[in-house]
Amino acid sequence: MSQLNLVIIVCLGYVLSLFLVAFFAERAAAQGRAGWLRSPIVYTLSLSIYCTAWTFYGAVGNAARSGLEYLTIYIGPTIVMFGWWWLLRKLVRIGRTQRITSLADLVSARFGKSNALAIGLTILAVIGTTPYIALQLQSVTQSFEVFAVAEFGQRGENSAQTGFWVALGLGLFTVLFGTRNLDVNERHHGVVMAIAVEAVVKLTALLAVGIFVVWGLAGGLTETLARIDASELGRWDVRPGRWAGLTLLAAAAFMCLPRMFQVLVVENEDEGHLRTASWAFPLYLMLMSLFVVPIAVLGLESMPAGSNPDMFVLSVPLSQGQNGLAIFSFLGGFSSATSMVIVAAIALSTMVSNHIVMPIWLHSTGSGASFSGDVRDVVILARRLSILGVLFLGYLYFRVSGGGTALTTIGLVSFAGITQVLPILIGGIFWRGATRIGALSGLAVGSAIWLYTSFLPSIGSGFAFFEALQSDGLWGMSWLRTDALFGIEGMDPILHTLLWSLSLSTITFLIVSLITFPSPLERLQGAQFVNIFQHTAGPRGWSGGTAQSEDLMVMAQRILGANEAVALFEREARMQGATGSLPETNPEFLERLERELSGSVGAATAHAMVGQIVGGMQVSVHDLMAVADETAQMMEYSSKLEAQSDELTRTARKLREANTKLTRLSVQKDAFLSQISHELRTPMTSVRAFSEILRDTSELSQEDHTRYASIIHDEAIRLTRLLDDLLDLSVLENGQVTLNRCDGWLYELLDRAAATAQGAGSAQDLDIRRTKSDEEVWLSTDLDRLTQVFINLIGNAHKYCDGDPPKMWIRVSQDADQVILEFADNGSGIAPESRELVFEKFARVADQKAGGAGLGLAICRQIVRSLGGEIRYVSSDTGAVFQMNLPVTLRFS
Amino acid sequence: MGKTVLLIEDEPNIIEAIRFLLKREGWKVFTTSDGSIAVQEVRQRQPNLVILDVMLPGKSGYDILRELRQEFSADVLPVLMLTARGQSKDRDIATQAGVSRFMTKPFSNSEMIEAVRALSEK
Repeated sequence: MSQLNLVIIVCLGYVLSLFLVAFFAERAAAQGRAGWLRSPIVYTLSLSIYCTAWTFYGAVGNAARSGLEYLTIYIGPTIVMFGWWWLLRKLVRIGRTQRITSLADLVSARFGKSNALAIGLTILAVIGTTPYIALQLQSVTQSFEVFAVAEFGQRGENSAQTGFWVALGLGLFTVLFGTRNLDVNERHHGVVMAIAVEAVVKLTALLAVGIFVVWGLAGGLTETLARIDASELGRWDVRPGRWAGLTLLAAAAFMCLPRMFQVLVVENEDEGHLRTASWAFPLYLMLMSLFVVPIAVLGLESMPAGSNPDMFVLSVPLSQGQNGLAIFSFLGGFSSATSMVIVAAIALSTMVSNHIVMPIWLHSTGSGASFSGDVRDVVILARRLSILGVLFLGYLYFRVSGGGTALTTIGLVSFAGITQVLPILIGGIFWRGATRIGALSGLAVGSAIWLYTSFLPSIGSGFAFFEALQSDGLWGMSWLRTDALFGIEGMDPILHTLLWSLSLSTITFLIVSLITFPSPLERLQGAQFVNIFQHTAGPRGWSGGTAQSEDLMVMAQRILGANEAVALFEREARMQGATGSLPETNPEFLERLERELSGSVGAATAHAMVGQIVGGMQVSVHDLMAVADETAQMMEYSSKLEAQSDELTRTARKLREANTKLTRLSVQKDAFLSQISHELRTPMTSVRAFSEILRDTSELSQEDHTRYASIIHDEAIRLTRLLDDLLDLSVLENGQVTLNRCDGWLYELLDRAAATAQGAGSAQDLDIRRTKSDEEVWLSTDLDRLTQVFINLIGNAHKYCDGDPPKMWIRVSQDADQVILEFADNGSGIAPESRELVFEKFARVADQKAGGAGLGLAICRQIVRSLGGEIRYVSSDTGAVFQMNLPVTLRFS
Repeated sequence: MGKTVLLIEDEPNIIEAIRFLLKREGWKVFTTSDGSIAVQEVRQRQPNLVILDVMLPGKSGYDILRELRQEFSADVLPVLMLTARGQSKDRDIATQAGVSRFMTKPFSNSEMIEAVRALSEK
């Protein structure tokens, strides 16, 4: 069997075994026997996807070309794990409490669920990861070629084809194990287990090659060290700027790369695992880098000039006839490549489907955000398509860039791209003042500079446009040259990119954040993220069992009522085949419970409550907002009901009032009619009696005859006057009176009234005292009506004043445009209990001696009111005093 | 004969008319127009008949009637009541208070005479 075919078969067998590992891990997790899957060692090993084919092959190549510089790629993450573990812990805590599914999700959640940020980050991540995936495809393809060259002595012609098949195979694996189910936490036990196995394979493979090189090829440790000293590698100088830049880059990438975020934060089972990983992962990195220099040195020595140092790990054992070791080494490289691609594809597809595909789909279908089975299918489909799309993009980049660039360079371009997230990520979790607009601006500036100075040039010098950019700058402006922005030349390209992009994006982020204001949701999320350790308790384990069930039962009883809750739990327990009345808290039960509860308290509230009790999930701000929304809706509904009830009460009260008023009016009407009847019947009684006497009595004296006839006459007049008054009052009360404005002197009116009142009366003459000079007031009002009032007042005094001799004083004064008149007499006045009543209809005061229906003052008041004035009775010791004020000029309203 | 009637009424013209009619019938007519002293007048005059108006200054005719009935039964002292309001509820009130006969103003002279005769023959 040919070597190449053997490699392919071994390779397929290896992939198959990975499938099995993933499959069994997944099944164990589903059956709840996944304790060993959640060990800190597995977590640490899963972090090893940091070491991709770039590290496996490229580190040796890098060492062969640039000496110890390759170490920076390991120093960066080591610094992060050792020194910045608190930062990682914060990220992990935030990720767990906020149920973060990806880097884009975290950043967008921090900045008030900003879709724009999520989309921007997703695009950046895709662009930044694409070269990296291409890099993996390239390394796998190259490693195949190494075998091909060894066997056929020439390069295979079908490298593009190999790349395609590799990409497709990886895509299928990822689809199978990355999208088997939709877990809210986005955890993939099978995949994590598979990459842990791969981590072991690649480490042992590299160590095996190293051991072979040191002890097999060089002939021992001392010999090896001597050779290293002798080689050029030992003499390469360290460039401090580039070292610092690369270390920073690696450290930043370690935190920001989507795939690293996936394993570090999303797949993290327990915050405590970080403790183990903080020493175990640097140890792993150290082992990985242990034999890099010996392999590079001996590769340079033993291999023919011009051979690719990137492939020394493979080609050195092969050239020594160590085929088995070579195949093992190939598997190590293959593991590095595949594990990286799988996790990267999962991470990216989560972002793409959650932040790009789903919003578009939900928007275009116009359906609600309810997570029905229909939507689940769409999400899974979106994930699968995204995975294949990401891999296809990687393949495309691999084809376009043509594999012309060294592995390390591609990796650095990729690192630099994703590093643009760093300022807003760090700012977001440590600085409450960071705003969405600031983050967007910073990200945009950083990404633009990276695209221009790093990504575009990396696509290839084969394109004239890019070459022109590099030598002449955009539009021929030399300060825009891609490798010398603002005219600063001579910098290392990657350092150049990092310096400009990070500094400018950080400055933009800071300034824009300071001048913009965060929305309320941003504020809340900012507080949650920055002060995450104050808001959340320490990590809680999965307590499980009946304790949770009991808690849930207590809660359900409160919401559903005792009987219904017990019935529900017993039903569930029966369905699960449990013996007691408390069911296991498995996802199906929790889902049904949540649905039951949401009928009473709303979906968000139910979710938050169940989440709080089960699984130690913290209630996120988003949950609280949803709860608040629901509560607001309920309150709105209840306040609507309350308003309706208030309205009903008001209407009822109005009706009652109206009814009372009607009743009162009816009583008043009865009393009024009764009064009228009395006032009419009384004179008619006299009229009838005397007219019958006159008719039936023949022997009446002439004197009696005349007297009785005049009584009849007087009573008839009294009746007429009564009717006149009634009609008058009716007109005045209804406001239908037509006022007739004329001009005249006040004293003229009083003269006339006094004459009329005196003339009509039959009693003793009334002595009226007046001050003429005060009465020279020019009036413009209804003079006839006013005179009627005066006649009435004077007439009343005339009739009722019991002074001896009866006297009346009429006093006039003026106040602004009002004239004030007072009619006072020297009689005994009106009894206090009757003063309120004198202006009422038919109010006749006790003891009054003269007739009259008692309408006079009522009419007076109506007239004065219609003339814009008011009349009242003034209490006094000396007699009756009526006071009225009146506008000098009548204004028609 | 010497039959006496006390007329409790406040309208001078009506007093005059009734006085004229009853005098011709041979009654001795006393009058008062003040409700507050009406009961006292009855005690003093001991009339054979009382003619009582409802609306009086001082005290209403119903109140006077109720007070009278505490001392004098309908057999001893018939009371003819006059009212100018003439609603059925007035008649009810009067009946409950113990009125002997109830008349609505205006009345015909023959009606008045017939009523007085009927009451005095009892």
